[in-house]
Amino acid sequence: MNIAWSAFTPWSALAGGALIGLAAALFVLLNGRIAGISGILGGLLRPVRGDIAWRLAFLAGLIGAPLVYGLFAPLPQPHIEAGTGWLIAAGLLVGVGTRYGAGCTSGHGVCGLSRLSPRSLVATLAFMAAGFVTVYLLRHVI
Amino acid sequence: MPIKNLLAALLAGLVFGLGLLVSGMADPAKVLGFLDLAGAWDPSLALVMAGAIGVGLLAFRVAGARTRSLLDEPMRLPVLRVIDRRLVLGSLAFGAGWGLAGFCPGPGLVALGLLQGKAFIFVLAMLAGMGVFELFDRPR
Repeated sequence: MNIAWSAFTPWSALAGGALIGLAAALFVLLNGRIAGISGILGGLLRPVRGDIAWRLAFLAGLIGAPLVYGLFAPLPQPHIEAGTGWLIAAGLLVGVGTRYGAGCTSGHGVCGLSRLSPRSLVATLAFMAAGFVTVYLLRHVI
Repeated sequence: MPIKNLLAALLAGLVFGLGLLVSGMADPAKVLGFLDLAGAWDPSLALVMAGAIGVGLLAFRVAGARTRSLLDEPMRLPVLRVIDRRLVLGSLAFGAGWGLAGFCPGPGLVALGLLQGKAFIFVLAMLAGMGVFELFDRPR
């Protein structure tokens, strides 16, 4: 294995990760809910009275985060290599997959592993493995 | 729902998004650098998970011992424990999509907030995928 030391950012990764953990902590301790982003977003497609506002509030905070971040530091510019076709395929797979699998990196990966849930561990191993294989195929085989 | 509960949800979403920005995970290139085990491997994502779970372990231990949240909502912790085909196949499909572009749902939405046109395309397709699930999976 060849580690890209120049790209490795351990301190910002740990600090950002701790913030993500703090967000999940705030949400479960204050609102009694799991900070699972695919579930929060997907639930809006099956709207239930009284179950909409908190989802919109969470998502507004998430999408609005760059506005707040920008007050303190220059905003990072993401590098999105995928073209339109791959982006559409990726979005469809992520959308269908996270709903059938009942969670994504946040719900299963962060919250589920923090709860020591075997179900979330299986889900996390599955999506990590699929991610590793997909990138291997795209970058080293095709 | 009381306004303070909505503000708490807004705050949680905001802190989550800030964490994604600080950690670099709002950048698909950084995520793909982690998923590319055979290339120049960037282990950063593993430390993001470690940082998040380190805080999360403590929080969920406290949460698990409560029946009401601090803002007096019921604790809605998952009760489903079954490990079935739908969990595994759904997660495999998600992982494949994650590897295609380097976006999972949270970073996709934060990149939307960064006004990235490509993130807009990804999020629209993701919503369409979630819509497909709703069409074919209801009622359960």
